[in-house]
Amino acid sequence: MQETFILPLLWHLLGLVLTLFTFSFLYKDNPFYKFAEHLVVGVSAGYFVVLLFWTSLKPKLIDTVFYNFSNEWFYILPGLLGIMMWFRFSRKLAWVSRYPIAVYIGIGSGLAIPLNMQNFVNRQLSATMIPVGFGSATEFWNIFIVAGVICGVIYFFFSKEHKGLFGGLAKIGIWVLMVGFGASFGFTVMARISLFVNRISFLKDVIEIFFGSV
Amino acid sequence: MDFFEKISQLDRRWVYLFLAVVVVIAFLTRFDVPVTITTEVKSIYDRIESLNEGDKILIAFDYDPNALAELHPMSFAILEHCQRRGVKVIGVTLSQYGAGMAENILRTASGTYSDKIDRFREYNQGMFEKTNDNRYRDKTYKKDWEYGIDYCFLGYKPYPALVILGMGQNFRLYFPQDYYNTPLGELNIMQGVRNYDDIKLAIDITAGNTADFWLIYGNGRYGVPLALGLTGVMGADYYQYLQSGQIFGLIGGWKGAAEYETLVEFQGGKAQEGMPAQVVAHLTIILFIVLGNLGYFLSDRRKQATVTQQV
Repeated sequence: MQETFILPLLWHLLGLVLTLFTFSFLYKDNPFYKFAEHLVVGVSAGYFVVLLFWTSLKPKLIDTVFYNFSNEWFYILPGLLGIMMWFRFSRKLAWVSRYPIAVYIGIGSGLAIPLNMQNFVNRQLSATMIPVGFGSATEFWNIFIVAGVICGVIYFFFSKEHKGLFGGLAKIGIWVLMVGFGASFGFTVMARISLFVNRISFLKDVIEIFFGSV
Repeated sequence: MDFFEKISQLDRRWVYLFLAVVVVIAFLTRFDVPVTITTEVKSIYDRIESLNEGDKILIAFDYDPNALAELHPMSFAILEHCQRRGVKVIGVTLSQYGAGMAENILRTASGTYSDKIDRFREYNQGMFEKTNDNRYRDKTYKKDWEYGIDYCFLGYKPYPALVILGMGQNFRLYFPQDYYNTPLGELNIMQGVRNYDDIKLAIDITAGNTADFWLIYGNGRYGVPLALGLTGVMGADYYQYLQSGQIFGLIGGWKGAAEYETLVEFQGGKAQEGMPAQVVAHLTIILFIVLGNLGYFLSDRRKQATVTQQV
């Protein structure tokens, strides 16, 4: 067996074992599943720390501050803010960390609030202001979009008791939501089966490597 | 205890086992399932089809290994389409574990991937042919797809919102070099590409909230024509952006990927391969839901009848 062939073979064997460990949870929680779970968490955390260092900390802070200080000295400011964040671990000096958090929240809010409003509220609202009627198929189906949105919003209006006409519309709103949940559930089943089939395909391939064609 | 009562009290592990057996049988036996093409998938295909040879697009591979099964097939199909059309692809990832995924799929699609394809039948083996220099390439495409000329991979940078905003000003702001530390100025494909104005469209293939960031900052702030490739779980949540015109296309899970594979005429694409198992799994789950609900209603009616008799 060639040397180049052994390493991928071992990786696939490890993949097979870990897949079976993970599936064992379907029977009940057990040490094998726990091992696989902890391995994923540990490897992921370690990978992310290393990745963050090489893609962010080194090029954006270390390289700029140490090798290009005269041109990019201002990079030291976010560096200092980052260091101040670590003061959270001290009870006496935890207040220092509030400053970087304040900057972070300020920038985040400034960036997110106007664009969130524009894209998730205003544009969705304008997408509901559409021609309705019986003139064309589009206009006809638009009735369902507009009515569905109105009834869905009524369901979430709790300042008035859901009785009479208002209650009826709220009930239609629930049905609209149920249709949405049903679609999500169908999609979710598809997603989970995709993952399962992929694993089965992987197991089949590994078995074929060891025992020939299935 | 009759059949329906038994079924409504069945240990869930029997359901798992039954479903697993059914799915495995369906996967191994393999029968044809017709794939109907939806407009949301077709519009992505049409948009790429309408591009000229040499046009550049951006694809963000924003998913981790846990979504590989769902999103790799659609990534591969889209890349294959770009390759056939001569459309150049700038790859990027905003997901922390996405760099490996992006590199893997770009190399696989480019035909420079190692002989793993041959050994482990990792991807649509039938589509590849071995070239004289021991590389693999797509049988249907006669040109090699070369790194730096036809495609490139910028790599990963944290904080997706800021990176998307930064790329709107200049790609070099966040990515002075590509994933392999080559300055962008040295990459042929990046010549004349400054920001989103120089690309035709962006496709975000994602398993997380980067779709929202692309919607808000990519499309909302810079007006990039945007399409989404999503996991099944996310699919239903993003249809409203299609209706509002914020995205021009949507590929949802394996079904969407199977549609795209059909459009680009793949033989035995991964998603198409899995559709029989999907159909059987959905039918099984529908059967269990119907039986469970029947059991619930019948036992409920019987309980009510018993209470009435006692009164």
